[in-house]
Amino acid sequence: MDLGQLFAIIIGAIFVSNFVLSRFLGLCPFVGVSKDPASALGMGMAVIFVMTMASLVTWFVYVFVLEPLGITYLRTIAFILVIATLVQFVEMVIEKTSPALHKSLGIYLPLITTNCAVLGVAVVNVDDFIIADLPKTASFIYTVVHGLSAGVGFTLALVLMASIRQRLQLGDVPKSMQGIPITFIVAGLMAIAFLGFSGLKI
Amino acid sequence: MLSVVAKSMLTLSGMAALFGAILAIASKAFAVYRDPKVLAILEVLPGVNCGACGFPGCQGYAEAAVAAGEIPTACPPGGNDVAGRVAEILGTEAGEIMRKVAVVHCSAGISNSVQRLKYDGIEDCRAAMLVSGSAKACIFGCLSLGTCKTVCPFDAVELDQEGIVHIDRDLCTGCGKCVDACPINIMELVSIDMRVHIRCSNHDKGKAAKAVCEVSCIGCQLCVKKCPSDAISMDGNLAVIDYSKCTNCGVCAAVCPTNAIIDEVKARPKAVIGRGCVGNGKCKEVCPVKAIEGEPGERHEVIGTKCIGCGVCLSVCPTKSISMVGALGHQRGR
Repeated sequence: MDLGQLFAIIIGAIFVSNFVLSRFLGLCPFVGVSKDPASALGMGMAVIFVMTMASLVTWFVYVFVLEPLGITYLRTIAFILVIATLVQFVEMVIEKTSPALHKSLGIYLPLITTNCAVLGVAVVNVDDFIIADLPKTASFIYTVVHGLSAGVGFTLALVLMASIRQRLQLGDVPKSMQGIPITFIVAGLMAIAFLGFSGLKI
Repeated sequence: MLSVVAKSMLTLSGMAALFGAILAIASKAFAVYRDPKVLAILEVLPGVNCGACGFPGCQGYAEAAVAAGEIPTACPPGGNDVAGRVAEILGTEAGEIMRKVAVVHCSAGISNSVQRLKYDGIEDCRAAMLVSGSAKACIFGCLSLGTCKTVCPFDAVELDQEGIVHIDRDLCTGCGKCVDACPINIMELVSIDMRVHIRCSNHDKGKAAKAVCEVSCIGCQLCVKKCPSDAISMDGNLAVIDYSKCTNCGVCAAVCPTNAIIDEVKARPKAVIGRGCVGNGKCKEVCPVKAIEGEPGERHEVIGTKCIGCGVCLSVCPTKSISMVGALGHQRGR
């Protein structure tokens, strides 16, 4: 484990292989919850939290349950189970311990339960860090950091999108393009822009 | 050694059972007490989350109602029906809630007012205000771009071909969204019982007001003088009705020279003078539209075409021989 590698993971997850704009995961909330920046930020915070937690828990499940038993091909279904339980559990805990946080985060949590970006993080973690020949501590730290930065990347894309859409409301969009169609075009342009990051050499 | 199939099944069912147990325990351990009253009230409320009550959505209203133990403010879309059911859940009495509807204080259309420019931008009054102000020469009047119609969640606002705003009194719930959205503040929420409104907001002097709009208030004060219940006052050069005093008599609408006052009462009764009349002429004096004729000492007559059914004469007749006849049938008094 070295810090350069860690930095590369963070930049990679936020910009180069942004979960929304270059892996095209989690497009549903990307279009659905990007109407205004405030709720986009709320959703983003919830996603950061859940992705980090999911990375952490799925690492344990994979390394200590699936791998020793030789049933790693079941990872998708096992991860879904873990993530759904985790989100439900976290929602209950937050509601009990911090009603204020629940008010601002709570409405977004159920949306994340079956978000493909969260599952995607867990699966990418397995491919990149767990199967790779790394010491256990390093793979664990990389996994959690990757989960966190993937969430940050998602939030960045969502907030950017929400800000653009807010400005679009004042624009003179042709009637047939209003709403979702222009959003798709904007998403495509943003993805092309993010493609520029793939030239980064870290 | 277990087969792969058995291992997979056991592992996954084990995990599922474990997670299920965790969630079951968590739901007990982290159970948040939800007041059944809040849930019950939430069921009763309309659920449109319009915010007209002043609380953040129906949930906020329900929580506030339970916390206060009584109905905090009215739920305008729900009306008396919802108020009664909420009160039932809370175990208190619901006061009669006055239903309110929106009223537009302008009746200028394209043909009866002067246009100073042609606005060709975004079809929204708020946007037009930023760019050029109203297309009408009157700066106080309706912009006729229909922002009130856009924001209305109940489809109660319509614009006719002239660009005059009409509010459907049956559909309007008095949520007040249009009142908030109107950039020139010419909309108001008034009790649904009020049927006579001043449809002008022009504060200019009579000549200037008349120059830009045929249906403007010219500040002649005829309505102020004729109003039997002192409900109309002048705000500068504009007549304003005090709805707490107004009796819907319609005298102001009848005397207004520019038709800036609208009388929505469709069928008004007429006064009829009976045989008991002793001809002391009091009714003749008080009649604001001079609809009563007759010589002193003889039985007076009501001129049907002039009478607007305001009922002012009823209260002054010493022999109680005047009655009202009309759409609502023969009735004595009001």
